[in-house]
Amino acid sequence: MAKKLMKGSEAIGEAAIQAGCRYFFGYPITPQNEIPEYMSRRLPQEGGCFLQAESEVAAINMVYGAAGAGARVMTSSSSPGISLKQEGVSYIACAELPCVIVNIMRVGPGLGGIQPAQGDYFQATKGGGHGDYHLVVLAPSTVQEAADMVMEGFDIADTYRIPVMVLGDGMIGQIMEPVEFRQPKKREVPAKTWAATGWEDKSRDRAVINSLYIEPEQMLEVTERLMARYEQIKQNETKVETFMMEDAEYCITAYGTTARIAKSAVLKARAMGIKVGLIRPITIWPFPSEAYEKAADQVKAFLTVEMSAGQMVEDVRLAVNGKKPVYFKGTLGGFVPTTQDMVNELVKLTEGRE
Amino acid sequence: MAVVFEKTKMLTDVPFHYCPGCTHGIAHRLVAECIEELGMADKAIGVAPVGCAVFAYNYFNCDMMEAAHGRAPAVATGIKRVHPDKLVFTYQGDGDLASIGTAEIIHAAARGEKVTTIFINNAIYGMTGGQMAPTTLEGQVTTTSPYGRQKDHCGLPIRMSEIIATLDGACYVERVSLHDVPNIVKAKKAIKKALTYQMEGKGFSFIELLSTCPTNWGMTPVAALDWLKENMIPYYPLGVKKEVE
Amino acid sequence: MLHQIISAGFGGQGVLLLGQLIAYSGLQEGKNVSWLPSYGPEMRGGTANCSVVVSDEEVGSPVVTEADVVVVMNRPSFEKYEGNVAPGGKLFVNSSLIDLKTERTDIEVYYVPVNAIAEELGNGRVANMVMLGAVLEKTGIVSPKTAIACLTASFGAKKAHLIPVNEQALAKGAEAVK
Repeated sequence: MAKKLMKGSEAIGEAAIQAGCRYFFGYPITPQNEIPEYMSRRLPQEGGCFLQAESEVAAINMVYGAAGAGARVMTSSSSPGISLKQEGVSYIACAELPCVIVNIMRVGPGLGGIQPAQGDYFQATKGGGHGDYHLVVLAPSTVQEAADMVMEGFDIADTYRIPVMVLGDGMIGQIMEPVEFRQPKKREVPAKTWAATGWEDKSRDRAVINSLYIEPEQMLEVTERLMARYEQIKQNETKVETFMMEDAEYCITAYGTTARIAKSAVLKARAMGIKVGLIRPITIWPFPSEAYEKAADQVKAFLTVEMSAGQMVEDVRLAVNGKKPVYFKGTLGGFVPTTQDMVNELVKLTEGRE
Repeated sequence: MAVVFEKTKMLTDVPFHYCPGCTHGIAHRLVAECIEELGMADKAIGVAPVGCAVFAYNYFNCDMMEAAHGRAPAVATGIKRVHPDKLVFTYQGDGDLASIGTAEIIHAAARGEKVTTIFINNAIYGMTGGQMAPTTLEGQVTTTSPYGRQKDHCGLPIRMSEIIATLDGACYVERVSLHDVPNIVKAKKAIKKALTYQMEGKGFSFIELLSTCPTNWGMTPVAALDWLKENMIPYYPLGVKKEVE
Repeated sequence: MLHQIISAGFGGQGVLLLGQLIAYSGLQEGKNVSWLPSYGPEMRGGTANCSVVVSDEEVGSPVVTEADVVVVMNRPSFEKYEGNVAPGGKLFVNSSLIDLKTERTDIEVYYVPVNAIAEELGNGRVANMVMLGAVLEKTGIVSPKTAIACLTASFGAKKAHLIPVNEQALAKGAEAVK
């Protein structure tokens, strides 16, 4: 299939459809309106259902219903709207329902602004809602990757019965880049025998989709099951890209949009004689700690760059575990860092000025 | 020997956790009997609320989902959109439906979601221990209105059936009561009609059941039935609020 | 090769389309491309701009701050983006609407009265295509033929009758800077 030039948001919508998603529940918020708009146009053509909910709260609970009923379902929003969805996300995680949630991050806190940011890293990777749970969080840095991740995200969700978040930012949502829709690696996705579809087939148990376990023993069992599954996901699904790390003396690290800029910074700094490489987490949960542990024996220092006041840097520091200094450069307000900004920081690093 | 009475198979064979004298048990049985009598037991998917009926998934003998507080109509929407041929119902109390879940119920009705909502109005929060509900009557004492509900302070109770009846998407709205046998018989008829209308694709159907909470009202079950009749029915008039043929 | 382009003007002047056509054409010619619009309140009636990158390599930052090509279609854009032309880069000024001259000496500047030229062609709306003609003539980022092919594909049968005037606009723009 030939590559098409598509907006990130529209590519995300098309990828979901290509992955067999036929249900979308959402609520408008900038800068991701092209996703619900695209789905409202395309889903009826595919015999699916797009519904604009009365709120993000309702939308995520419609996702709960559709996922519990056995369908591939997606919702999307941007930061303030994702905050509203958190209650539902926690319930979905506990009820072990698969779905894909897209967050096209904008700058916060509060109503914030509509420009790109990465301030929802904590929310996405550390819980967001209440209780002990995780989402699988995929962080695309190109439109192609956003499409790939949405498609594979549905498979991951179904395989582990877990909500998967695709965490992009305003830039990924708005940018146009070439994209082709390609099926992810083949997985053995289990049948949804647990779904509430009407109890016609009496060979299965009555389906009860639930997140309430009043007996501590039961709650313990459920949480332990979730934790065991998270371990499995850490083993199987952790993804990271390393770039020019072989002989690197310094490591710059970033995810999503920031990482592609960091890659340019690596090339520019290399041209100036600075031996720097990049570690780019592709999954930010599970976090690719091993890549950092390994690099900590090799490089002199790390530089984490984010469009936030410093969130992923905490995971980098945990992984590096004090072996080497980990510096941070954040960009706030909705500004996007430039390649030169990053090169300047790398120069400072080599001069020991941090 | 001829069988003269049998418990509906649409209820599981476990004891209810409800307090003695509570009308939830009657309401459950009416809903379950209607589904069974309509031959829809294998095609029903129910949504339980948060509140006293939170464990409804343990009692209704069909596929069930448990929703977050107030969100049952949104969950039901998701289910029905995936399975338009199934009988989908929510079972919600007054805190769940008329307070935290107001947006969800109004919009499900406005969209004409082809689902049925069973609304238990007992004028109080039962599960959490007797706090004021949006349907608590003026002057009624609860644990969070110890001087009685004051109109100047928190307004007067909400009449949900009348509100829902104003929405074009609703095809059938009726308020019934569970305080005596003739009314229970009427309630069953209403529930059956609501479910039938759903299956006929007419739109959203809504049955409000005036119910008692002897424990949190601080009354004997019998006194509670009388209190319902004397205090609730004057404020919450019974009858069909809307019916689209 | 690496081209980093900023195209800016009033909403409605076709500056976003101008950038998209460069990106589409670059893709057709086998390059890596990205197109990033400004978004938000700016979109509604005020100024619009986009960053375009056309490159042999993977596109790093899609945000262009040091551009080798800057197109400004109105005065506010001139004032805002004149400084974003990298030394040695090219600035294309719509001299029909902008009476300012740059004081920079480290860049190449082309003043093209694109509105006047478009009016001469009988269709004021092709001013952006006149500008694109000038840009392609001086930079060779993509071939004008590819641009027309892309425009033809996106216009479809309904608007096919508009292709000739767009073709003329590209040619006139190129001529103006020869």
